[in-house]
Amino acid sequence: MDILSTQEWQAVALSLRVSLWATLCSLPPGIAVALVLARGRFPGRQLLNGIVHLPLILPPVVTGYLLLTTFGTKGPVGGLLEQCCGIVFAFRWTGAALAAGIMAFPLMVRSIRLAIEAVDPKLEQAAATLGASPFRVFATVTLPLVMPGILAGSILAFARAMGEFGATITFVSNIPGQTQTLPSAIYAFLQVPGGEASALRLVAISVAIAMTALLVSEAIAARIARRIAGS
Amino acid sequence: MTLDIEMHHAFPGFALDVDFSAPAGVTALFGRSGAGKTSIVNAVAGLMRPRFGRVVLAGRTLTDTASGIWVPPHRRRIGYVFQEDRLFPHLSVAQNLAYGRGRQRDAGEFDRVVDMLAIAPLLTRQPASLSGGERQRVAIGRALLANPDLLLMDEPLASLDEARKAEILPYLERLRDEAGIPILYVSHSASEVARLATTIVVIHDGRVSRIGAARDILADPEAVPMLGQRDAGAVIDATVARHDAQDGLTELSVAAGRLVLPLIDAAPGTRLRIRIGAHDVIIAKELPRDISALNILPVTVTRIHQGEGPGAAVGLDAGGDHLLARITRRSVRSLNLEPGLACYAIIKSTAIAPQDIGRKAGDRLDRS
Repeated sequence: MDILSTQEWQAVALSLRVSLWATLCSLPPGIAVALVLARGRFPGRQLLNGIVHLPLILPPVVTGYLLLTTFGTKGPVGGLLEQCCGIVFAFRWTGAALAAGIMAFPLMVRSIRLAIEAVDPKLEQAAATLGASPFRVFATVTLPLVMPGILAGSILAFARAMGEFGATITFVSNIPGQTQTLPSAIYAFLQVPGGEASALRLVAISVAIAMTALLVSEAIAARIARRIAGS
Repeated sequence: MTLDIEMHHAFPGFALDVDFSAPAGVTALFGRSGAGKTSIVNAVAGLMRPRFGRVVLAGRTLTDTASGIWVPPHRRRIGYVFQEDRLFPHLSVAQNLAYGRGRQRDAGEFDRVVDMLAIAPLLTRQPASLSGGERQRVAIGRALLANPDLLLMDEPLASLDEARKAEILPYLERLRDEAGIPILYVSHSASEVARLATTIVVIHDGRVSRIGAARDILADPEAVPMLGQRDAGAVIDATVARHDAQDGLTELSVAAGRLVLPLIDAAPGTRLRIRIGAHDVIIAKELPRDISALNILPVTVTRIHQGEGPGAAVGLDAGGDHLLARITRRSVRSLNLEPGLACYAIIKSTAIAPQDIGRKAGDRLDRS
């Protein structure tokens, strides 16, 4: 507590929570969309591909604004969710997680999709001739072989979520303890005189978190590769 | 157990149009690369949907485009050994072997298959650390342990070098004799087919050009152009009579007399199946004297097939066994060879290579 002020701690903790939830919640739809894009043959596949990639190419502020109009308390989806389930995104940490998840989604999908495309369909055919149902083939052959890609995609998404700024600040603003993530906090500290020291500490923490995530993912990926390469 | 296949399918620039039945035993689908063999096998496995077709295994309809029947691959109970081993790289050998065992009933089966293929020392290893021959043996074991009603093998030896092929062929013979399920075996190697097949289906340009018992097709002069001039050769049954350790020779008894070959590692009484290449047989009208070749069998000419080239294929009857000789048309003319003529077949002992000598198929599967 001596090293960081309460506001700094809050920002670090909030960013970790937001990024973790954003990554975890993106995983199931991320794998599903990657699977559809890699294997599906249907009209509109390119359109889906485009929509998934939109957050990557749009200005983040635009994405944030679109989120606000859609998921805000007066937005069509946001209003509905509040009425039926009491879920509120606007100006809450959940909104920050939603924004981070959407911004990170294309990176996650890309990574998983490449991994799925690298899986030899012949192995899946072989599994089918051994009596495995399509679901079992996916669970026991496709998924384990795609695991390094899922891991890489998750780390990438987590890092992107940690760095998310534009969409977040547009959608949920910059409320300390509520929606003030690491980048928002750094930005805020740089706006006040004498805030440089705080900003610098948060920058160091950002670098440390990013490096740790990368090293952990590299280590796990190396272990998977060793297992597949044998002995 | 019989497999009935009928399929018509148009590929870009190539049409497949076949209709045949495969009886019990090893049915070899023989033909050049691109003749459509793999497509037939894939259609049987359910990995490919023919435009029109029917696949019936032992009375169970698996595919019937006319009535819209389609059994998905995982419900067909058909094992498939692919050209490449297709082992799961993320699973150990033991896990690969166990993958299809959901269908397994007999617990002793695992040990029996592992034993037959001699893969017990490999069980804890990962596929990437195995040699090509070992991988293919594991792949065969994995397919067998799924307890299939039919085993498909698509050129299982094609990706291996000669030494590895020689290593696996005896296991395939044991498979034929011990597994007790019909095998559909795709190959373009005449010697492989001669060693393993009980029935041969010759596929040429997407059609069945010949079908019959293996020894009949292999000894048929008319089939020589389809099997490949260089690879033609008939198969005869032989029994090990005695060994001559001093000269390093083995004497075999065959229907037409005795055959002397370089030492064979098999006890007297062992029944063998010997492939005699058509280009290794010399025909003489008189009994030759003072000749280095050790094997001279009295034979009768049965059929002569002359094609476009300078060669001719001559079918010979050797005491009930069939032999095939490939000689020139000029020799046919100068010897006045014609069906019914008695003459002698001369075979050099050293012409018979070890891969031409196989174990005779078990009686159960011998003739179908």
